[in-house]
Amino acid sequence: MPVQILMPALSPTMEEGTLAKWLVKEGDVVTSGDVIAEIETDKATMEVEAVDEGKVGRIVVAEGTEGVKVNALIAVLLADGEDNSAIDAAMTTPAAPPELAPPVEPAPVASEPKADAVLSTTTGPVTSEAPEDLEVPEGTEFTSITMREALRDAMAEEMRSDDTVFVMGEEVAQYQGAYKVTQGLLDEFGGRRVIDTPITEHGFAGVGVGAAFGGLRPIVEFMTFNFAMQAMDHIINSAAKTLYMSGGQMGCPIVFRGPNGAASRVGAQHSQDYSAWFSHIPGLKVVAPYSAADAKGLLKAAIRDPNPVIFLENEILYGQSFEVPVLEDWVVPIGKAKVVRAGSDVTIVSFSHGMFYALAAADILAEEGISAEVIDLRTLRPMDTATIISSVQKTNRLVTVEEGWSECGVGAEIAARMMSDAFDHLDAPVLRVSGKSVPMPYAANLEKLALPTANDVVQAAKAVCYTG
Amino acid sequence: MATEKKTTATKAASRGAKKASDTAQELSFTAEQERLAYKEMLLIRRFEEKAGQMYGMGLIGGFCHLYIGQEAVVVGMQMAIDEGDQVITSYRDHGHMIACGMDPKGVMAELTGRRSGLSKGKGGSMHMFSREKKFFGGHGIVAAQVPLGTGLAFSNMYRDTDRVCLTYFGEGATNQGQVYESFNMASLWKLPVIYIIENNRYAMGTAVTRASAKAEELFNRGSVYGIPGEQVDGMDIRAVKRAGDKAVAHCRAGKGPMILEMMTYRYRGHSMSDPAKYRSKEEVQKMRQEHDPIEQVRQRILDAGSETEDSLKDMDKEIRAVVAEAAEFAQSDPEPDASELWTDILVEA
Ligand SMILES: Cc1ncc(C[n+]2csc(CCOP(=O)(O)OP(=O)(O)O)c2C)c(N)n1
Ligand SMILES: [Mg+2]
Repeated sequence: MPVQILMPALSPTMEEGTLAKWLVKEGDVVTSGDVIAEIETDKATMEVEAVDEGKVGRIVVAEGTEGVKVNALIAVLLADGEDNSAIDAAMTTPAAPPELAPPVEPAPVASEPKADAVLSTTTGPVTSEAPEDLEVPEGTEFTSITMREALRDAMAEEMRSDDTVFVMGEEVAQYQGAYKVTQGLLDEFGGRRVIDTPITEHGFAGVGVGAAFGGLRPIVEFMTFNFAMQAMDHIINSAAKTLYMSGGQMGCPIVFRGPNGAASRVGAQHSQDYSAWFSHIPGLKVVAPYSAADAKGLLKAAIRDPNPVIFLENEILYGQSFEVPVLEDWVVPIGKAKVVRAGSDVTIVSFSHGMFYALAAADILAEEGISAEVIDLRTLRPMDTATIISSVQKTNRLVTVEEGWSECGVGAEIAARMMSDAFDHLDAPVLRVSGKSVPMPYAANLEKLALPTANDVVQAAKAVCYTG
Repeated sequence: MATEKKTTATKAASRGAKKASDTAQELSFTAEQERLAYKEMLLIRRFEEKAGQMYGMGLIGGFCHLYIGQEAVVVGMQMAIDEGDQVITSYRDHGHMIACGMDPKGVMAELTGRRSGLSKGKGGSMHMFSREKKFFGGHGIVAAQVPLGTGLAFSNMYRDTDRVCLTYFGEGATNQGQVYESFNMASLWKLPVIYIIENNRYAMGTAVTRASAKAEELFNRGSVYGIPGEQVDGMDIRAVKRAGDKAVAHCRAGKGPMILEMMTYRYRGHSMSDPAKYRSKEEVQKMRQEHDPIEQVRQRILDAGSETEDSLKDMDKEIRAVVAEAAEFAQSDPEPDASELWTDILVEA
């Protein structure tokens, strides 16, 4: 039986690509390891190697073809002794799609609080309008850019206007960033200001703090925040506490940034959400934006801030496009939450990628006649409690959403603040939706179960509305 | 590259560092050893090629770091140790597990995240373990395994066994501070640990010379702690085995740790999604053609006449069958039961 060569996936998220070039032609003999083709994805050009030995019997997809689906048949290899007549058989037998084991039923969700009162609002779909955006002047144009580009533009703009700003981290310069967030910075600013470090997080975090003491404004990139645990001592003991210990003399204007939280199937040591960890520390500011516009404006604010700022990004959001205002100097103040969707029945508060579930849930709830107000915290420390309270005064119900663990988490902090500052406005206990309290599992089905879903948020919202 | 290494060697020798002399006599393998080396290395290579292919089909997720090109290091070291000796490494671990005798089916099923995977599907490519085979992971945080391996060696000293712990890490990992904290303790307490630096020239996209001071002599990085080091041609399994024998003897004699810097090369990108634009195609091609660890053994076997082209082909066929079986198993095995989400967080006491 001839060997079918299928279009490979070159990253966990790739669905199709361009077959840029064939490096073999029909009749060529290949052995495993030979590079046979080049494939382009949105991020890179990659080589495809032969895994089996044989003669190239037919090239099915011509070079230059765009939009070739992953797992499509692209060529047929003939084994020893097979001739061209075998090709047609191989062409008609459909390429075997990967046979996945039947999905396992998800575990039932924990029981919701029992309710006897029923929400008294309308049944049937509700509509929602985005509240007026007071941060952008009237008549401002918007442009659609990715989160990745917004972050890069923020750094580039600040570096242009302030020579003390520099970027340091693993693979930030020549490789253009492990996740391509620093793309182009080395070209524009050169090696003095865009610096590749060895793999030595504790060391370069400390070097960054020292440089900040010395009057510079470092942006320290962690390839992911999982690796910032190596640097925790300098972030907390050196960056966060020194101003206080020096009686106000030794400010530390530094930004620690990078992707935080779960990506996709990268396992327990590469998937942790550190939002709550950093939010615990006096002397730090903690920012975790969801939209590219907020990310750009907040990163510029973070770079200008005279304090250490932890800037938590999210890998899944890097490739997503958002409308970003076209303004000379777009800065979003640290410490202000934003009502991104107005509603009257229940308030949903989230941040970073948690907003994805919150917004999806609000859509589902609207269909079912429940009007949810959605707040994007954007900054976790200092937390904008006032914006949450003014929403709760209206809705009297609150659900928090985060991907991290619930114990001593961001939701726990919000719930405690509502207990002390908005107790009289609550008609139901605050409910938290969060990631499950387990190290992130690798298996696809378990990973899904470990993360929150829009449905979890819907269920929690209904529970606090007593309509569940 | 070959010439570059020679000058390095001469420099090192003139500094008085221990550099092995490569006389053919000292390096020679018996026919049986050659055969074993060939088979084991080929199994790893075929396994990794298959893993790469399955990643391409979307059957393996997340990060997947292949070991292709580096096979001689782990197989040669494995030939130098005995049962009961421990092994610990980074996320680039498939080859180490296979060399430790862990079942390819279990490794592959872990890669696909299925219930019969070595970590029940919960660890993935970077996190597999086998207490039975004395393989202690599988670690995703660069250099974390270095103090852990040192601690395993501590347990050997404490219990007064003569076991050694092979602690593997990349040349990029040598810049983490915990490596030197470990070196100090290991030397101070004379711990039986062999630090194996797999110098494949790159840490992701960073060439060793861009990240490491005195990059040409990483084997010397323990010298201030009094740890002897040696640079080894990690593409020649005989050189690896000989260096391994010496280091194991050193450790078992109670003389404390040793560092072996294995000069090796990874053919593929850092992980599956790395386009590897930081090096030339010619550089990779040259390594493959002139230094391939498997091809070297193959040539020697054929020259010696202990096997024929045909018998080697049969061997390859058998190995491919083992790998194909593992791949099929890894696709038909079911995903873990949902209840597994909540198990193994703490030992039930
Ligand atoms: C503490 C930490 N920092 C960064 C990373 C991301 N990372 C994973 S592998 C790697 C390169 C390691 O190179 P090397 O030690 O040479 O090993 P190789 O991959 O070449 O086997 C980096 C930077 C990580 N996993 N852990
Ligand atoms: Mg390396």
